[in-house]
Amino acid sequence: MNTTTVVTGIGVIAPNGMGADDYWASTLAGASGIGRITRFDPSGYPVRLAGEVPGFDPAEHLPRRLLPQTDHMTQLALVAADWAFADADVRPAELPDFSAGVVTASSGGGFEFGQRELENLWSRGSKAVSAYQSYAWFYAVNTGQISIRNGMRGFTGVVVSDQAGGLDALAQARRQIRRGSRLILAGGVDGAICPWGWVAQMTADRMSVSDAADRAYLPFDAEATGHVSGEGGALLVLEEAEVARERGARVYGEFAGYGATMDPKPGSGREPGLRKAIELALDDAAVSPTEVDVVFADAAAVSELDKVEAEAICDVFGAGQVAVTAPKTMTGRLNAGAASLDVAAALLSIRDGVIPPTINVECSPEYDLDLVTGTPRPARIRHAVVLGRGYGGFNAAVVVRAA
Amino acid sequence: MSRTFTVDDLARILREGAGEDGGLDESTVDISFDELGLESLALLEATVLIGQQFGVDLDDSVLTDVSTPKALIQTVNDRLLAAKAG
Repeated sequence: MNTTTVVTGIGVIAPNGMGADDYWASTLAGASGIGRITRFDPSGYPVRLAGEVPGFDPAEHLPRRLLPQTDHMTQLALVAADWAFADADVRPAELPDFSAGVVTASSGGGFEFGQRELENLWSRGSKAVSAYQSYAWFYAVNTGQISIRNGMRGFTGVVVSDQAGGLDALAQARRQIRRGSRLILAGGVDGAICPWGWVAQMTADRMSVSDAADRAYLPFDAEATGHVSGEGGALLVLEEAEVARERGARVYGEFAGYGATMDPKPGSGREPGLRKAIELALDDAAVSPTEVDVVFADAAAVSELDKVEAEAICDVFGAGQVAVTAPKTMTGRLNAGAASLDVAAALLSIRDGVIPPTINVECSPEYDLDLVTGTPRPARIRHAVVLGRGYGGFNAAVVVRAA
Repeated sequence: MSRTFTVDDLARILREGAGEDGGLDESTVDISFDELGLESLALLEATVLIGQQFGVDLDDSVLTDVSTPKALIQTVNDRLLAAKAG
């Protein structure tokens, strides 16, 4: 049986917008959410800029009971999940038991919560450690908390593949829809803007040390100096197309293709895996490169990684033959939340017939990319490709198709 | 100095540790923690706070022995009395 998986709900929480509408309006306006870190004093750290979700008060959105037991990024995820279900007009708890599930991507779990409790352990002893530390730090915590809050006792899972994770989670969700799940919430909301999480991220040596918010994160620019990290992401409601149609759901688009690869061992001289991931995704969707109207880039802003990505795009689509964009220049890279937010943006691009811009960047002529910079570009979009790469060699590509 | 552990103390500690008290007051002390919606970690967190604030060392097994607020309050007060006598 040919199963078609569609997206019927979008929940976004991003540095430049709370909720999909707010995020999308900011993104089309080129409004950035990157600034100096406020969640801790960054003055003693080499990396001082981040994409923070501004003005988030969890007590406005969540029951008091959940607050002492959740990390900040889990609170963001719970709210994004609520918004996704509201957008899809579904109440998962009302579905048949075991028919609805959750798959989230994670990069490390609740670092801020974990750091606080480790500080309690060192300074005040084991009795001062919160009992909720037992799971609040854990990388699967968002899946668990969303599942409990929404009465979703079907398939649950978590994937850990850094910035590729948002795509890997959606693919896992599609697999479960094909196996008969009624509904899966999937994607990633992430963030670790606390000293412990921050130094962990810095070890990859890919973060920009610039203090200028409009110069720090410049993918595909000759002046690229690494990325800005951020918090937030997107969670999507996925359903089988016929099931969605029967309940009269609004459909944003189809999750039509997916490919994932691992890079070869460093120093092997073999080609990186990104091109193959794109080709696998196109094959999976039965789409030719000429039917793709936009690519949402991974956008590492590290020159050798930008080069790998530009070459993969040019190899598959032809030099300068497809529009490429990186709206994450307005949010920073959101770790496990990054790629699912780009999928949300791709679906909104399809809906509105417009490609959001890459801001602050002047595309280096070295790359042969048709990078959409400065202002949005009107375009009819039949298929969009979203790319995500994770530290350690993860590559993923997704094709979304207009409904 | 004689100190007792009251329903209000437990409710306050639950709010402090778990974010809510499950509607605990004199009229609900005989209702099980389960029915009040207070799960095991909320209670574990509460026993730690009771220990810190009242000087009563409650080990985890207390939670398997008591199932209602009334029983927990009684246990704490028994320990307080024992400590005073000892």
